[in-house]
Amino acid sequence: MTDTIPVRVWRGGDAGAFQTFDVALRDNQTVLDIVTDIQRRQDPTLSYRFACRVGVCGSCAMTVNGVPRWTCRTHVAKVAAEGVLTLEPLRNLPRLKDLAVDMTPFFDKWQKAGGTFEGRKTRDDAVDPVKPGSRARKAADAAIECINCAVCYAACDVVDWDPDYLGPAALNRVWTLVNDRRHARRSDTLDKAAQSGGCGSCHSQGACMRHCPVGLSPTESIAGLKRALLFSLLGGRL
Amino acid sequence: MIARHRRDRAYLAFLGHRISGIGLAVFLPLHFIVLAEVLSGEAALDSVLAFTAHPVVKAMEWLLLVLVCAHLIFGLRLLMLELRPWRGRGADRRGWILPGLILALAVGTLAMLGVV
Ligand code: HEM
Ligand code: SF4
Ligand code: SF4
Ligand code: FES
Repeated sequence: MTDTIPVRVWRGGDAGAFQTFDVALRDNQTVLDIVTDIQRRQDPTLSYRFACRVGVCGSCAMTVNGVPRWTCRTHVAKVAAEGVLTLEPLRNLPRLKDLAVDMTPFFDKWQKAGGTFEGRKTRDDAVDPVKPGSRARKAADAAIECINCAVCYAACDVVDWDPDYLGPAALNRVWTLVNDRRHARRSDTLDKAAQSGGCGSCHSQGACMRHCPVGLSPTESIAGLKRALLFSLLGGRL
Repeated sequence: MIARHRRDRAYLAFLGHRISGIGLAVFLPLHFIVLAEVLSGEAALDSVLAFTAHPVVKAMEWLLLVLVCAHLIFGLRLLMLELRPWRGRGADRRGWILPGLILALAVGTLAMLGVV
């Protein structure tokens, strides 16, 4: 007989309850494997999201034993030290059903934060080279690999308290844009970062960076925005 | 109980900063009222001195000092990590938190010992 682990899974939307499943333990099993196992063998009506299973797409995030995590690269052995798993949808986003949340507010805020690139050149112009070693490019590189998983958004208490706060991921994106020398509207983008609910709302205590599964630091990016805004204020440009 | 995603020194710093900030906002006006009393004459000074000899008032004085120090240190920590570029490990200045707390307690206590 194989060992099993009790898994408490949130069922329903805002109104709902935990349902417990016993799931067979396997070597190198991820939390996503557990959820898939439940859906395949015990209850096909269980709703959840995933796509790549290898930490690239950012769709599988859930709350695992109280902590927001990407589930496809979270090993059960590492997070279930107490012999139980409790799975809930991500915090700070509307619950749709079971483990799936509505990501709309998260992506809307990327738009509201002004995270859209605008170039100066057309396809007929020569390519505008970016020096990989330049300071701005290094700053952008350090923040660019975001997989839009919303783990940071779920970890951030300011998002919880202030529904207008743009959140760590959107502001992190803005920071990469501010550091892109090809971007045509740098000062507009910077102005947007200063909007109510922008970088000034962040308390810099770093829950986002401690939870980001790919090791980005939105805290550092937001600090960069605050600095850039301070300099433009001192330079009389705000 | 502190929720799991908050279990970190940095959350302690956040709580410390907020509680000390609110504490200061409440205590400082009282402190200034007492100082203003002192300015208004010798009789008032005597009664204020008698008042400050009370152990509860002494404890409050100690707390006020600790709060000021803790708020100052946590505030400087945030200003450092927001205004200085981040380089390498330790850039988040989480290493400041526990020593900062200990320093605040030590400064408050030493100052009180000097006063007593
Ligand atoms: C001694 C020098 C001081 C420094 C360096 C300082 C620094 C700071 C900083 C950086 C913040 C922002 C914290 C954040 O973003 O979460 C802050 C918040 C605050 N400060 Fe101070 N401060 C000082 C003195 C004071 C005094 C004298 C008072 C009270 C009269 C005070 C009351 C507050 C309050 C209530 C907050 C809001 C706390 C929060 O949002 O969690 N501060 N302080
Ligand atoms: S550092 Fe700022 S964005 Fe990150 S969790 Fe804290 S408040 Fe939210
Ligand atoms: S910054 Fe990190 S935690 Fe936040 S959405 Fe991007 S990858 Fe996910
Ligand atoms: S399934 Fe793609 S990141 Fe987890």
